[in-house]
Amino acid sequence: MRTGVKDKVAIIGVGCSKFGERWDAGIDDLIKEATKEACGDAGIEIKDIQAIWLGTLQGSQQSAGGASTGIVVSQTLQTQSTPVTRVENACASGQEAVRGAAYGVASGAYDLVMAIGVEKLKDTGFAGLGVGFPGKWEPVYGAFGTAPGRYAMAATAYFAKYGLPFDEGKRILAEISVKSHFYGARNPKSHLKREITVEEVLNAPIIAWPLGLFDCCGVTDGAAAAILVPASEAKNYRKDYVTIKGLGISAGAGWGKERDDYDFTYWDATRMAARQAYAEAGIKEPNSEIDFVELHDCFSIAELIATESLLLCEAGKYKQEFTDKKAYYHDGNMPINVSGGLKSFGHPIGASGCRETYEICKQIQGKAQETSRQIKGAKTGLSHNQGGHPGRFVCGVIIYGAP
Amino acid sequence: MDGILSYGVYIPFYRLSGETLRQVWGAGAKGEKAVANADEDSLTMGVEAARDCLQGMEKYAVDRLYFASTTAPFKEKQSASIIAAALDLRDDVIATDFSGSLRSGTIALQLALDAVKAGAANQVLVVASDCRIPPPSSDAELVLGDGAVAFLIGRDAPIQIERSCHLASEFIDVWRLEYDKLPRKWEDRFIVEAGYSPFVKKAVSTLLKSCNLTMKDISKACYYANDTRVHRSMVKSLGLDASQIQDPLFGRVGNTGAAFALMMLVGALEEAQKGERILLANYGDGADACVVLVAGDMGNKRGCLQRYLESKAMLDNYGKYIKFRNLMEFEQTPEHAPRTSLSQMWRERKWVYRFHGHKCQKCGKVQFPLQKYCMFCQAEEESLEEVNISDRRGTLFTFSVDERAPVADPPNVLAAVNFEDGGRFFSQMTDRDVTSIKVGMPMELTFRRIHDALGVHNYFWKCKPVR
Repeated sequence: MRTGVKDKVAIIGVGCSKFGERWDAGIDDLIKEATKEACGDAGIEIKDIQAIWLGTLQGSQQSAGGASTGIVVSQTLQTQSTPVTRVENACASGQEAVRGAAYGVASGAYDLVMAIGVEKLKDTGFAGLGVGFPGKWEPVYGAFGTAPGRYAMAATAYFAKYGLPFDEGKRILAEISVKSHFYGARNPKSHLKREITVEEVLNAPIIAWPLGLFDCCGVTDGAAAAILVPASEAKNYRKDYVTIKGLGISAGAGWGKERDDYDFTYWDATRMAARQAYAEAGIKEPNSEIDFVELHDCFSIAELIATESLLLCEAGKYKQEFTDKKAYYHDGNMPINVSGGLKSFGHPIGASGCRETYEICKQIQGKAQETSRQIKGAKTGLSHNQGGHPGRFVCGVIIYGAP
Repeated sequence: MDGILSYGVYIPFYRLSGETLRQVWGAGAKGEKAVANADEDSLTMGVEAARDCLQGMEKYAVDRLYFASTTAPFKEKQSASIIAAALDLRDDVIATDFSGSLRSGTIALQLALDAVKAGAANQVLVVASDCRIPPPSSDAELVLGDGAVAFLIGRDAPIQIERSCHLASEFIDVWRLEYDKLPRKWEDRFIVEAGYSPFVKKAVSTLLKSCNLTMKDISKACYYANDTRVHRSMVKSLGLDASQIQDPLFGRVGNTGAAFALMMLVGALEEAQKGERILLANYGDGADACVVLVAGDMGNKRGCLQRYLESKAMLDNYGKYIKFRNLMEFEQTPEHAPRTSLSQMWRERKWVYRFHGHKCQKCGKVQFPLQKYCMFCQAEEESLEEVNISDRRGTLFTFSVDERAPVADPPNVLAAVNFEDGGRFFSQMTDRDVTSIKVGMPMELTFRRIHDALGVHNYFWKCKPVR
């Protein structure tokens, strides 16, 4: 009978590189920066690590075909023959690395492992994501369908379904971006550090209508890492360790957007992954049992819909529950992305899941780098990432909490 | 009697005006011309004209497809076979290209008739299309337009081709060599005085004499001419009066090359009364002439030309035209180039070219693209029936307008279209006025060139607002 991983695995150390356009750092520098901090935080050395899971979409986009095996870790950290497993589930690759590491520990195969997420995107010579080129999945089907273009369709559909006039819909989204920048400005490791106003968001150039410049996250380099051990041994390393309460991965309907009954206003894979994680964690009412959330806000509309699809509020009620109440600020009912999120902290694709682990552990430990964004009494945090595009997502959800 | 069972036409959405040319070059005539969109070429326009022609007809009855153009997109590789696939014709048709001459369309029409007459084929679909690039800043720039026509030739036809006359000549006036993008030509007066005028007159007079007709028996004359001045100069020498001249659409569509004289024929057929005779004369490497008799009624065929003439959008600047026809070198960024896979396209040909979807026999749901299991009820592939859905119309469910996607006609409009009878197409939207796109608007499908990747033209379907 399956028993799940709840409270079987503990995080005893986390690390995160400075995020940004890291012209000074290659994929190896990013990996070293994040893992060194994680090992120091855990009080261990690299040679103590028995196995490593690496989450990355394309590693460094400069490498041929974008492929990176586990060797990118072993050659950087000189781990010699330690097992390194490279996992890839698009933007949920970071979650996938933590999941693999957690299962490695929970199975009893290892008692000290590391999860790393990394992406080096800014060596390509062009702005934007290199993965948006035509013919990525099919030679001609969905050609030129960029991430902003695909997510913007969800905004159009959401506005239409809930009868939001364009200006009102844009304003709801703008408030989300203002909040992201507010926290990005309060996070020393974040990519975007300038606070913005709703007016600035509304007047910014359109990227993919209805989404404008500030509705979209940038392209960021970065890495993050976590050290995992059996929960029973965690206190040997530190008192304020954090345990995994539940996790879920859902490869959603790959042909979801092709179904004429899909309306683009919810993320099916997010709902499914959240249900898996809630079930494992024994959470019945996420809205009251989760204290704060780090979720996948690659676009403002992504944050809005993910909030609803994580079942934190009823579908279509985001404005009343979050915008109007400012519930998503660090002192609100349900703080969301008070790290700055993907939008302002940055979104190096494979790194984001591990970066959320970092933020959640720091918040639970009361160690948010700037006290102005420390959530009071945070005990349970949810991490969410999804790869793909509306109607075609793979999603990872992990719930972390104080033991 | 053998003849024309049906006809169709296609005029692209965009127009370029003489005013726009005047702003760029300091000179430009009045009027406008039809310009193929960046995702169109003679092949895709041919598909559209053929789809128009086959409306209400039984496409599986077509035995042959003749495609005529001087601007086939491949130098080696048939266009006709791709058109046949996009039309979802039977795979045992004879498909072939006619090329090299402005007269290739009328020659193809004659050979189609001959094949039907000889009993070698029951129905032949003739498609003529051209997308010729005039030299920038030349007089021809506003004259050469883009467009296509299609005729279905078969037995017991309401429109008959009573008699024809053909002349072949080694006369060289306009030509392109292997690496020429733009047509070259000899002196205009030589072309008209030594070639065009005598050939056309000879073909027409020989024809009329051979069937004991005079110009008075002709209700409308549809004849090729390079430009409007030459067209007008022929009125007198052919002995026509003003009421007999079929509008050549100069200043609206332009000289559409291999499709040009035949598009005039479509125009004449749109308004012809039963019993009328139409003169069709074409020129290039000699001349053709034939008498077309409207022996019966075309029924609901009428109106397609007018619809395409009226539904249009002006290209608001010359830069767009340059981009559409690739007339300049543009910035090369290190961005990943588009890529393709011909083996994958081949495996997926049933939906990439033929636009087949699945209808689930278990749950009844229509779905696209073709599936391994029903995307609704997960039924096995054996329960999924392949259906052609390219002619279905639908409504726009949601969309976005991407300003940054590297397409030739930005912005890139992404759309989800729900078909009237079920099913959805996630696609790029083309031929649209970006400011008037609305959720719920009626949509239809169109066959387009998606990109040129790895040195090959890659075709697929897009959606567009109903024209």
